[in-house]
Amino acid sequence: MRNPMLTPGVLMQHDGNTRARVAKPPTATVVAMSTPLMPFAEAADQIDYASTAFVILCASLVLLMTTPGLALFYGGMTRTKSILNMMMMSFSAMGVVGLIYVLYGYSMSFGSENIAGIIANPFQHFGLSGTTDTVVNPFGYEGYGNIPELAFVGFQLTFAVITVALISGAIADRVKFSTWLVFSALWVTFSYFPIAHMVWGGGLLSANETSLSSLIFGSTDGTANVVPIDFAGGTVVHINAGMAGLVLALVVGKRIGFGKISMRPHNVPLTMIGAGLLWFGWFGFNAGSELAPDGTSALVWINTTTATCAAMLGWLVVEKIRDGHATSVGAASGVVAGLVAITPACGALSPLGSIVLGVVAGALCALAVGLKFRLGYDDSLDVVGVHLVAGVWGTIGAGLLATATGLFYGGGIDQTVIQILIALCTIVISGVVTLVIALALKSTMGWRIPEDVEVAGIDQAEHAESAYDLVSVGGRVGAPSFGQHASSSDSKNLEGAQS
Amino acid sequence: MKLVTAIIKPHQLDEVKEALEAFGIQGMTISEAHGYGRQRGHSEVYRGAEYTVDFVPKSRIEVLVDDMDASSVVDVILKAAQTGRIGDGKIWVVPVEDVARVRTGERGVEAI
Repeated sequence: MRNPMLTPGVLMQHDGNTRARVAKPPTATVVAMSTPLMPFAEAADQIDYASTAFVILCASLVLLMTTPGLALFYGGMTRTKSILNMMMMSFSAMGVVGLIYVLYGYSMSFGSENIAGIIANPFQHFGLSGTTDTVVNPFGYEGYGNIPELAFVGFQLTFAVITVALISGAIADRVKFSTWLVFSALWVTFSYFPIAHMVWGGGLLSANETSLSSLIFGSTDGTANVVPIDFAGGTVVHINAGMAGLVLALVVGKRIGFGKISMRPHNVPLTMIGAGLLWFGWFGFNAGSELAPDGTSALVWINTTTATCAAMLGWLVVEKIRDGHATSVGAASGVVAGLVAITPACGALSPLGSIVLGVVAGALCALAVGLKFRLGYDDSLDVVGVHLVAGVWGTIGAGLLATATGLFYGGGIDQTVIQILIALCTIVISGVVTLVIALALKSTMGWRIPEDVEVAGIDQAEHAESAYDLVSVGGRVGAPSFGQHASSSDSKNLEGAQS
Repeated sequence: MKLVTAIIKPHQLDEVKEALEAFGIQGMTISEAHGYGRQRGHSEVYRGAEYTVDFVPKSRIEVLVDDMDASSVVDVILKAAQTGRIGDGKIWVVPVEDVARVRTGERGVEAI
């Protein structure tokens, strides 16, 4: 028999907590990659083809979230003159982070050579060496779940990409494209990989016996007594990106005319399409994080749906009461708020619990997006109001509503305490690292495009393109001679294009 | 000769066009315009932030007519464009010195 392990005897039943359920080998909890790697040759006939297909498809779904899902969601909310730059920030995150992940990102996040619980050795699997013929079972499922390590690499790669792309919404319309590219590379290296390692790779915020949780609540057989819950990236992805967005918005500064001139979304249908694609891709993000098509992944699918439906309605109700109308942008934003909030909690909640988590997330974020006007920072597309706020709520909400260990289910306060701690740690690490990188770039490359260029439109200046052919321009066609192009900051280049 | 210019609500455009055709007008020029009068603009809310949109979309119709038709054409447009609600628009008439048809070179009333 080629694959005796395809069919588990019974449907894996969800027992309430997240990956702690699979703690059959004592070290396999939230900690990925804790089982020994098997050489491919010995294990080839043991690959679980169902799980492998599942993970590869889910990884592809997560890519759909960034390109084009997030690019459209953000692009529609910018102004006519800057949609291309906004979409390019998502596409370029794909380019930069996709390469870095293969070079050293995977090794730095999930390598076995742990350095102080903060990162793994980036050179252990440099260029994915030593991973191309291995089979892993990251959560130690018995009887199924063996996947090629490269499938796991691919799935994790897509998470790093979208986390960087999420940040771009905070600094729309005004940032040098070159500075953004360098920032993407630095930030994913010094903020994303370490936090991914700490939470998922067996570092300080995991359930290892050397983790923060073990230090506070003790450990049994090498696993913390209280296992931090972050199923699919509430801390690693959303709090991390949200905090980075807040710091960048503060360092980079406001768009010219922020709070005075109208900066309403220029193409709401694009934003709606983007939100729909994000929702679709998010099934890969959340259900895929189970890394196997089992009972928990089905529960995760349901919870991802119910929380998101509830969040959309929650947002719309707040809008109707406060502003008098339920808006399309509100529905799209509510969808994203719900998806963010359920991300860390989706494996630990019941469907009813997910409704509670979702409706609170929608209402909370609908109120939070107004804060930037009161506090005076220009988080242009509400990365803070949606991702940071819903990410923190989802992470803490998992502690309240987890059916196995949650406060509201009689599990005591411990789970909630560790959830608050991992959220706070992520906020501090992401905040400090982003601040250092942002200030360093500010004093070297600089963040802002020149003022006149910003007013005229960043698409023309940074990319020499227009999204919409609103006025057909005269002139001739010819091949540009190499190196003879006008510099991007040369505002003379814009004359004529503006008339 | 006169130039009749009308600023109307965009969704009244078809009715006005048909009424002008029925009256016997042979051609007209349409452009998209933005503006406001006594109704001012309207407000839109995105993510809780209220934006006042001063310039609302309008259609501008321009028709060249013989002197004696000008008053009737204004009436025709007025009747077709009127909804009775704020923002219905405005019509004005100005004298035109000369007109030329590009294809044939005809001038004056012949060119209308």
